[in-house]
Amino acid sequence: MIIPIDLILLSLVVVLAIVAITVRDLLSAIMLLSAYSFLMAMVWVEMHSVDVAFTEAAVGAGASTAFLIAALSRTVRWEKK
Amino acid sequence: MNTEKSETGEGKKRSGDVIVETVSRVMVPFIQLFALYVIMHGSSGPGGGFQGGVIFGASFVLLVIAFGIVNAGDRFPEAVNTALFSTGVYIYAGVGLLCIICSFGAAQYLNYGFLSLPVHFEERRALGMDFIEIGVGITVMAVIAEIFFNLAWKKEEDEGEE
Repeated sequence: MIIPIDLILLSLVVVLAIVAITVRDLLSAIMLLSAYSFLMAMVWVEMHSVDVAFTEAAVGAGASTAFLIAALSRTVRWEKK
Repeated sequence: MNTEKSETGEGKKRSGDVIVETVSRVMVPFIQLFALYVIMHGSSGPGGGFQGGVIFGASFVLLVIAFGIVNAGDRFPEAVNTALFSTGVYIYAGVGLLCIICSFGAAQYLNYGFLSLPVHFEERRALGMDFIEIGVGITVMAVIAEIFFNLAWKKEEDEGEE
């Protein structure tokens, strides 16, 4: 483990998670969740857990983003106040 | 997506962007080859049936996103997807039961070493693991594609009613 890279990645993950639940545009929230999953995959690789990182990149950043966009296409894009 | 449709108006189903279509047409065979690699090397490295199946299903999702959801119903009928994910489960359960049958009840379920293949014990174990991974991969691929198609097709049906 390389401590500075860990700190940068984990702080970016926290920032992305907070922004993803506060943003009002749902498409932006989905894209931020995708970036969050990708950064989590990098964190898993950093922790030498390549198998979990593989699953996170394939399911979290790939498939679930497509599912969420397909679900978003059946509702409105902007969250109400 | 609703806002984009109202901006362009005209009720166009898809734009037909040449960059998106060309890139996805070039990338999809490589994605599928990588998915097969991940499935077959799941027993000896990172990856496995689930991850490979998700990548294989994601290649179909990319194809459908790039070329429009309307024509996808003819290419991927629901009956074929249902048959595929049943086939994967049957491969998994069948290999597991075959281990019991081939050893006349002496071995456990999914104890691959007792499959009656003309190779050594350890090779039989590796081959049995690969069969299991193929079954898991087929099931996950069909389920991922089917979930996405169901989510996306309902919209087309609703628009047709309006």
